[in-house]
Amino acid sequence: MDLAYTPEQQRFRAEARAWLEANVPRTPLPSFDTRDGFAAHRAWEKHLNQGGWAMVSWPTAYGGRGANLLEWLVFEEEYYRAGAPKRVNQNGLFLLGPTIMEYGTPEQKARFLPKIASSEEVWCQGWSEPNAGSDMAAIQAGAIRRGDHYVINGQKTWASRGAFADWVFGLFRSDPASERHRGLTFVLVPLDAKGITVRPIAQLDGETGFAEIFFDDVAVPVKNRLGEEGQGWSVAMATAGFERGLMLRSPARFQETARRLVALHREHAAECEPALREAVVRCWMDAEAYTLETYRTVSRLLAGGKIGAEASLNKIFWSELDLRMHETALRILGDRADLLPEAPAAAGVGDWLDGWLFALSGPIYAGTNEIQRNVIAERFLGLPRS
Amino acid sequence: MRFGFSEDQLLFQSTLRDFLAKECPPAFVRGLWDGETGDDPLLWRKLSELGVPGLLVPEAESGLGRDEIDAVLLLEELGRAALGGPLVPTAVVGAALLAELAPCDLRERWLRRVAAGEARLAVGHPALAFVSEADAADLLLLASGDELHAALRADVTLVRQRANDPSRRLFGVRFSPAPATRVARGEEARRLLAAAFDRGALAAAAQAIGVADRLIEIACGYARQRKQFGVPIGSFQAVKHALASCSVRLEYARPVVHRAAHSLARAARTRAVDVSHAKLAATEAASLAARTALQVHGAIGYTWEQDLHLWMRRAFTLDLEWGGGPLHRARVADAVLAADARIGPGETFTGG
Repeated sequence: MDLAYTPEQQRFRAEARAWLEANVPRTPLPSFDTRDGFAAHRAWEKHLNQGGWAMVSWPTAYGGRGANLLEWLVFEEEYYRAGAPKRVNQNGLFLLGPTIMEYGTPEQKARFLPKIASSEEVWCQGWSEPNAGSDMAAIQAGAIRRGDHYVINGQKTWASRGAFADWVFGLFRSDPASERHRGLTFVLVPLDAKGITVRPIAQLDGETGFAEIFFDDVAVPVKNRLGEEGQGWSVAMATAGFERGLMLRSPARFQETARRLVALHREHAAECEPALREAVVRCWMDAEAYTLETYRTVSRLLAGGKIGAEASLNKIFWSELDLRMHETALRILGDRADLLPEAPAAAGVGDWLDGWLFALSGPIYAGTNEIQRNVIAERFLGLPRS
Repeated sequence: MRFGFSEDQLLFQSTLRDFLAKECPPAFVRGLWDGETGDDPLLWRKLSELGVPGLLVPEAESGLGRDEIDAVLLLEELGRAALGGPLVPTAVVGAALLAELAPCDLRERWLRRVAAGEARLAVGHPALAFVSEADAADLLLLASGDELHAALRADVTLVRQRANDPSRRLFGVRFSPAPATRVARGEEARRLLAAAFDRGALAAAAQAIGVADRLIEIACGYARQRKQFGVPIGSFQAVKHALASCSVRLEYARPVVHRAAHSLARAARTRAVDVSHAKLAATEAASLAARTALQVHGAIGYTWEQDLHLWMRRAFTLDLEWGGGPLHRARVADAVLAADARIGPGETFTGG
């Protein structure tokens, strides 16, 4: 066990810190769930990529800097420490990117990865359908092979950032006679293709954070298929593993929230009951625990290990922690917690309300926590299927 | 940066696990409850052959010369076996305290005896109301004011305080401190006692990890086998989700304990807060696992005959030992809420 950073890792941190200090926008960008905010975030991503920081763990050939996962963690720490913008292309960078690395052909890697790194193409996910939520194997939207094309019909929904994204990746039923997990194919679809209708959906915060996507005889070339026809479920599970397991929510995000929570408590210490003090400290402890567990996982992966069912543990832990941190902050703020930023008395309430509204979605997206608990019980603890 | 154990360390752990599964099944642990002390001489001899009592004894005194990072693996396995007795006071808290004394005849003589499997130790600390396993000890290390004394078993009077956990033998200790028994004083004694406290709390935390792990394993085993409504109760989501929640708590407590062991071994600036965090996280995981395992078992788990309560009682005891929740929460709060606290992204490993 060696818990000291190497001189190279320290140099990497110093380099990332210096670049971010010089380049992170001084004033926060508008929400990326608005048209202007989306454009501003895309411009930031382009700048980040020009600096070589969009995806440090990718090979240099695809716009990364060939860093290992530990250095990626260090970069994430510096990114959140610097208060840098949210990642508008997180689906492309953290989920689709690693899946293309694993399952993509050389042509697909060359075609898609650089434009993900630069966010010239921003991606959304197409998993859920009106009748396939937690039961993802109930997917009905079809992609039927016609010569060198798939013809896609059906509907996807809850596609985060779908209102403004350029591409969608998702699972479609390529064998109409198939059932459940079989006969599904992973396809990459440009959202400007003929026959696609995107209908934005306003979220709990009133902004169009996600969208429904309708496919009406949409023709997509076969070269846009990721992995083999009919093998989409295993490809999607790899993506879901990255999502729950590691990349989607790096520990630095929650450490920064915990740090802000401690600072908020310090400001209001005089009016805080002891239970709030305890809740704040507990949030800090859990954010540290998440960090330590992630370092342990990364150390294991670097030694050749793989992420398995324990990825579901992560998703439960960070989503419940995130919600608890925001709820604690709102309790500290008291009645003023309810104020929108434009309210005259809102000075000092920060963006805790907005963060809380988002945190409420944590136990739902990327597989509900009930599904995650089933996965842990069945694959990690060996309990019988229902 | 590498957060994990070496192949050698993991081999040491699996050797211990196999050894304890064979030598210390529940019937053996129950047998110790009725013994004169919590010690079994034959088990002690076998543990000594593996070098276990001398794990933290320096090589110069014929010990294995390992540190808390190795000890934490031993402790997890002791928790998994629900084994109490003089091993933890001797091999972990006592031996390390002796080893930290300034060089003297007593230090070397007793460290050699511990490493050879010939002596048991007990530790009396100002933070503890009683001394555990004092009746099995040959030498007692006892705090008195801001002094540390070493007394032979024959020179102290013990009053047994029966506890809910029969694996826990508590004693009030009376002795007469004298210049001849004093081994440290003042600042040095305070430093030694502070380290002993952190080592004791780490030992409780690491055992709690093993206890939680075993409780979840036992409950899952029962849930797979016990049928109601014609199916195993483990196929019901109400049961699955409760046990999955136990796993979440356990798996996020484990690395906290491992990191605290590292902080002790390397005398990190953050040693105290890391240890307290570990104690809180691990005992919470063990308490949740104990309550859940009992609920999964239903009425059969509520019997003396069923072995489940061996681990339930350990979970309860380990929460109380070496500082309860309020003390450790206050230590973490004071550190984290301090105006100059170094917290946030990138600060996790800056304590050394």
